Amino acid sequence: MKVLTSDVLIIGAGLAGERAAIASAKAGLDVTMLSLVPPRRSHSSAAQGGMQASLGNSVKGKGDNPTVHWLDTVKGSDWGADQEVARIFADNAPIAMREMAHFGVPWNRVEAGPRDVYIKGKKTTIVEEKENEGLITARDFGGTAKWRTCYTADGTGHTVLYAMDNLAVQMGITIHDRMEALSLIHEDGVCKGAIVRSLRDGEIIAYMSKATAIATGGYGRLYGESTNAIINEGTGSWIALQTGKVPLANMEAVQFHPTGIVPTDILVTEGCRGDGGLLLDVDEYRFMPDYEPEKQELASRDVVSRRMKEHILKGKGVQSSYGEHLWLDLRHLGEKHLTTKLREVYDICMYFIGVNPIKELVPVRPTQHYSMGGIRVNKDGHAYGLKGLFALGEVACWDMHGFNRLGGNSLAETVVAGMVVGDKIASYAQAAELNANVTLAEKFGKEQTDLIEHLLTNDGTEDVYALRDEIAELLKDHVHIFRTGEGLEKAVNGLKEILGRVKNVKVKAQAPGMNPELSQALRIEGMAKQAYIIAKGALLRTESRGAHTREDYPARDDKNWLNRTLATWIEGADEPEFTYEPVGQLDLPPGDRGYGGGQMIDMDLSIADYNAKVDAEQKALGKHDTQEPMGTKIPKEAWREESPYKDAK
Amino acid sequence: MGRTLTFKIFRYNPTKANDEPHIDTFQLEETPRLNLFTALHRIRENQAPDLMYDFVCRAGICGSCAMMINGRPTLACRTLTSDLDDTIELYPLPFFKLLGDLSVDTGVWFHDMAKRLESWIHTTKEFDPTAEEERMDNATANKIYESERCIECGCCVAACATAQVYPDFLGAAGLNRIGRFMFDPRDTRGEQEWFELVSTDIGVFGCIGMMACDDVCPKDLPLLEVFSYIRRKMNAGVKVAVTEMDLK
Repeated sequence: MKVLTSDVLIIGAGLAGERAAIASAKAGLDVTMLSLVPPRRSHSSAAQGGMQASLGNSVKGKGDNPTVHWLDTVKGSDWGADQEVARIFADNAPIAMREMAHFGVPWNRVEAGPRDVYIKGKKTTIVEEKENEGLITARDFGGTAKWRTCYTADGTGHTVLYAMDNLAVQMGITIHDRMEALSLIHEDGVCKGAIVRSLRDGEIIAYMSKATAIATGGYGRLYGESTNAIINEGTGSWIALQTGKVPLANMEAVQFHPTGIVPTDILVTEGCRGDGGLLLDVDEYRFMPDYEPEKQELASRDVVSRRMKEHILKGKGVQSSYGEHLWLDLRHLGEKHLTTKLREVYDICMYFIGVNPIKELVPVRPTQHYSMGGIRVNKDGHAYGLKGLFALGEVACWDMHGFNRLGGNSLAETVVAGMVVGDKIASYAQAAELNANVTLAEKFGKEQTDLIEHLLTNDGTEDVYALRDEIAELLKDHVHIFRTGEGLEKAVNGLKEILGRVKNVKVKAQAPGMNPELSQALRIEGMAKQAYIIAKGALLRTESRGAHTREDYPARDDKNWLNRTLATWIEGADEPEFTYEPVGQLDLPPGDRGYGGGQMIDMDLSIADYNAKVDAEQKALGKHDTQEPMGTKIPKEAWREESPYKDAK
Repeated sequence: MGRTLTFKIFRYNPTKANDEPHIDTFQLEETPRLNLFTALHRIRENQAPDLMYDFVCRAGICGSCAMMINGRPTLACRTLTSDLDDTIELYPLPFFKLLGDLSVDTGVWFHDMAKRLESWIHTTKEFDPTAEEERMDNATANKIYESERCIECGCCVAACATAQVYPDFLGAAGLNRIGRFMFDPRDTRGEQEWFELVSTDIGVFGCIGMMACDDVCPKDLPLLEVFSYIRRKMNAGVKVAVTEMDLK
């Protein structure tokens, strides 16, 4: 087995992974990036609408600052976020946007003078200020007090990823694409690298490093019907879970985006509604203002998706051969807007469903979109339970999103975490020693070659694609927008049964090389186990918070559930172990979000008492010490200075 | 009511001993709004588990799935079978290294192209995290974005007559990338540097103007406009070079 070494190994070369690789390369470290696909084909490229950062250059962003952004983020999370991490994010987002401008992103800019926009269904004229002309502008997104989402038309992920990859090429960072990490090499609680399979020729290679970072994105494809790219099958979170040491956090916190198109489940950006698009029902009636008079179509995603589903259940959905849906009306935005600022959306509608959004309504429904949960890391991005392992971006539960993330916050998170966690990875690697223990690598390598041999030669009859589809059906039927104890029990039992069948998967394709069926078979245990953790975590959490909605427990319960779910799967165990930790130190006390309605059960601890136990309880569950003590990045009660709700946007 | 489609698919696995390039035929029932993403998955999952091809976003933005569909390079994900005859012939893109069946190595070629063109902002300025961003006219940002929209699918190179003869030819994607940085006021490269980079047979003067690239580009990039911009710039560049020689 070939053994390759570097100071830093980055698994996943989307935006988060590349930015972290750049941080290490700038620090003079030798970096290797691995990616399932060429970096520019990563799912980051598909992000359309933009990145939130409180630059406040547009007239509709006036008065914005990191505190207001932070407030929106914490409320959006339904208080599930780590407030310090949300603060680190909000403080660094403006710097990250400007840095990306420096790297070459052609951000849309402020044009001075009047222009017509649609706000809450009404055509309105706004006047951009001369003094801000040429600065990075922003559009409106859901759950925000200000227009804050920086964009390049509706190709933001694409342009930022290309600028980032250009820089990675310029710096000569090693990229090995078409490579899949199958397991982590670790010993005595320290991560030493990864066992990797080449998707070109099937070769198994050990990559050993001082620091290893996982940045592989979400697990949306577990749901089958998802806006995610087909590579988002939870491969990165699986290799962390597989160690039996690293917990996955809040896996039951799954985001459903209001506007996946029907059929195909391709996303059309929240920017559609940010720019004035409306949701209509079977009678072409605009229903959102009835449910959410204040935010209307631009409440947070969990709320809009829930309202859409609720409206469909009232019999107001549009019947189609692909199931019920609602309409997105973009017609009033006009041809010019739809063929420039929403051009990808226009193309997607035209090519994939034959709908011309200039003249016709677009069929949409809430569709699985984002994984708030993932590999649990501390504020430095350092994974619980294993030294030298880091995670960032969607695969991580860093945890600025809690139980619902705001649109535009995850794409921004990729570059902010890439900057912030990237520096922590670099400083960890600078202080660490490389110990390329070939015997250890071979032990882990053999586990994978044995598994491959088993998959190719066993006498089982299970078809990997059928199992994948069964997992997706259970999640779709029972672990979707509205959840009940009864449904979740069914999912848990069904997934348990599937887990028992995973070892009987037999790969029919025997050809050497890429072997796509073998690739799928190597992922299926991880998919089944993560689906199980999602369903079981949802069953155990007897409250409703953010995107996790229990019909049988409709209240947000801050008395019992102001915490984060951690699931660890000890090697050989039948069941994962569930534990819970405080969400982090609270600065903004739990309260009403200002949208979504819902009941609340108040916490019975004081904020001071809650905060006093955070550090010790998290450490007991595997949190490493952070480079700076807990709480240092929170400017205490800075939010009292802000009145985002006084200046309505 | 649905048609039975016949797929004739190029097959070759370079890692398999004694494999020879050949065509395999598959039948598939057509369903409403069937695209080639779904069709190929159905074939792989039910008939040919070792069939190799590339999809990632399946939404026409990542550029992974370009292939020759009835002789024309385009994105498979957004090709509907209803727009095709009953018999559908699929071949990998020519020009690029074949990895197996319909999968080709566009990623490495484009990475290499980025290196050759130094596809990044050339500037001596350091990023200052405390400073306001440099201003840019929104029209300029939009113009850069028009070229930046290239998804590196490789269709233009696969369709290009010059590229088939000169493997080093930068292709429409490469020339478009040069245009993107020429438009960008943040890039400090001057006319002489651009001239050296593109005024050769593998650059803008290798193009013989058949513009198949423009016909097949799935993103409708303004390639004609970009090429003529580069040529105009290069003519200016020639003048500069001649003037400098005259001075000597």
